[in-house]
Amino acid sequence: MAFEPKIIGFLCNWCSYTGADLAGVSRIKSAPNVRVIRTMCSGRVDPSFILKAFKLGADGVIVMGCHLGDCHYQEGNYKTIRRIPFLKRLVEGFGIDPRRLRLEWVSASEGDRFAKVVNEMTEEIRALGPLKLSVHQESEHMAVHAEGY
Amino acid sequence: MITLKIDGREVQVPEETPILKAAEKAGIWIPTLCHSELFEPYGVCRLCVVEAVRGKRSRVVTSCNYPVREGITVLTNSPKIQWIRKTIVEMLFSRWPNVKVVQDLAREIGVEKPRFVSLERDEAADACILCGKCVNVCREVVQANVLAFAYRGIKREVVLPFGVQSEACIVCGACATVCPTGHVKMVLEDYRGKKPEFTLGPKTAIYVPTLQAVPRVPVIDTESCIHFQTGGCETCAKVCEPSAVNYEMQDQTVEIDVGQILVSTGFDIFDATAMAQYGYGRLDNVYTSLEFEAILNSTGPTGGKVVMKNGREPRAVGIIHCIGSRDTNHHPYCSRVCCMYALKFAHLVRDRTNAAIYQFYIDMRAFGKGYEEFYNRLLDEGITMIRGKAAEVVESVWGHDHEPSLKIRCEDTLISKFREIPVDMVILCNAIEPRKDSDAVRRLFSISKSPDGFFLERHPKLDPTSTSTDGVFIAGCAQGPKDIPDTVAQASSAAARILSVLAKGEVEIEPVRAMVQEEYCSGCKICNALCPYSAIEFLEEKKVSYVQEALCKGCGTCVAACPSSAMTGHGFTDEQILAELDGLLAQ
Repeated sequence: MAFEPKIIGFLCNWCSYTGADLAGVSRIKSAPNVRVIRTMCSGRVDPSFILKAFKLGADGVIVMGCHLGDCHYQEGNYKTIRRIPFLKRLVEGFGIDPRRLRLEWVSASEGDRFAKVVNEMTEEIRALGPLKLSVHQESEHMAVHAEGY
Repeated sequence: MITLKIDGREVQVPEETPILKAAEKAGIWIPTLCHSELFEPYGVCRLCVVEAVRGKRSRVVTSCNYPVREGITVLTNSPKIQWIRKTIVEMLFSRWPNVKVVQDLAREIGVEKPRFVSLERDEAADACILCGKCVNVCREVVQANVLAFAYRGIKREVVLPFGVQSEACIVCGACATVCPTGHVKMVLEDYRGKKPEFTLGPKTAIYVPTLQAVPRVPVIDTESCIHFQTGGCETCAKVCEPSAVNYEMQDQTVEIDVGQILVSTGFDIFDATAMAQYGYGRLDNVYTSLEFEAILNSTGPTGGKVVMKNGREPRAVGIIHCIGSRDTNHHPYCSRVCCMYALKFAHLVRDRTNAAIYQFYIDMRAFGKGYEEFYNRLLDEGITMIRGKAAEVVESVWGHDHEPSLKIRCEDTLISKFREIPVDMVILCNAIEPRKDSDAVRRLFSISKSPDGFFLERHPKLDPTSTSTDGVFIAGCAQGPKDIPDTVAQASSAAARILSVLAKGEVEIEPVRAMVQEEYCSGCKICNALCPYSAIEFLEEKKVSYVQEALCKGCGTCVAACPSSAMTGHGFTDEQILAELDGLLAQ
């Protein structure tokens, strides 16, 4: 079976989630690979969520928020824009290609942009292939081991 | 106060009042040519002569500058005065036989034909009669001192210094306004960047913004007001009896505490110069719908007459729909109101002129109550409907005498033919578009916009007046193109929503908010600085942070930042989000 990337998308409630909704009501086709988690603000995305997602088997994580200056909470996305580059360096240290983590701004009116970003990300991750971490192999090994018993 | 008798009528006026003014108060007309309320009495035309009688002694004086005296009797129309005045008018009439003010004056005084022959006869209807009003207004009111008299006697004339256009001239037009004959004209062609324009806005520097303005108070345009350029004039202040004109007033920022806000900032119209094929701004008699609306207005520049720039009635009018709307190059949406106002224009043009009317439409959208009926009525009025968007408007000639006109080229899709329609006037139905500064307004209220750029409502069907920000509502074309009935409906709904909250006296807030678990809080204060609403304060006695629930909006920025996981975001707790992750990534 062809590789279908599993991507976790953290979408802010006011812009990106609404934008994704708009893409839906506008019947814009996009890759089904992004699994969406709604947060009130992209600033709510705890770095540990992203690491946890990779640990649990996500092939990519995309965080989407309002364009700078448009944040419903005035400046939540400025917090995000400082966290993500730092996280990229961190995951690289863990052996995860930083391209697997993405930060994008999608406003409530940009349904087409949401679809474009999702498709791009999916294709990029597809090209990168599945994420293989030692934690994953351990759990696979454990599973095989368990079957053996 | 001084009491005197003018032509037998007793009148009481303050000391030093000129007789002319006292006569005005008594309701007696005295002819003048050079006098104006705007400047000091000049006394050159001599037409205002009257007889001032004291006892047996009588003097002939100019009433414009002769002050009243106690106990005098004034005769404005005695045989002596009549004789003097008649002679003056005869001299004026012999020199300027075709000037209207002189003709009127002659008729009034009873002069049919002058006895004299003037050496400097000027046959022009707009000849300068040397009244000096322009010179005086420029010197005393405008204080620019650009115009002056030169030479003497019959050679006397009004000139510019050295005969050249002066740098001191502020192009205010006061001289042209006071000129009784039309001799002083405003020729603004390319003069220091000021071009003559077909202005639809106010014609004076002080004006009431619109007839419906609230409060209905005049405002001063400081860029065109003479006072703000030369320090002079102040005519409006002089004539204002309650002394309400204040030149010192400055723009000020006023802070008002409010609980709810209705954003109804309206729309801009599409700039038709962006579609050069229709010639707007390049060809004469191509108007936008708003300009044409002003032309139709009875208080507008043409007094409500549908006329071309040359003052003549158009032989045919073309109305082109969907300029910038329903157009993938500009705005994909329909502006909604244009079909109906285009029909209204056609109806009014039919009512006021004999012009043929052509409508160039893509689709007719008569969607409202009674609209389809109006459309059908218009069809019966003999309007030509051409289905097909006009391709271009070009200059042309029309008729036997090859008068310049316009030509609309289009494809009539109903008969599959290319057509060229000669017209004299073109009206463009410009798209309604978001205001230029709508992004700044949007950010101010933290509300979103829809793909077309208008403000986004919370829900298109179930909540069309509120926005993603609590307490901020939208109405009218700020939310999207709509006509007056729809705007009124939406605004009324928003007002009702606002009143329901105000009447209740308390607001309901979303349960999504942050909370500190005090036993885990280390008192690091990281969250304190992060909160955009200053909802987190530090309790010094307990050495922990505390969230003011009423202020917290629940963004969760503090929750994500808390190093000891002491901050919990209700509705979006770490456990909830991690459980979502678990579920999404389960094999």
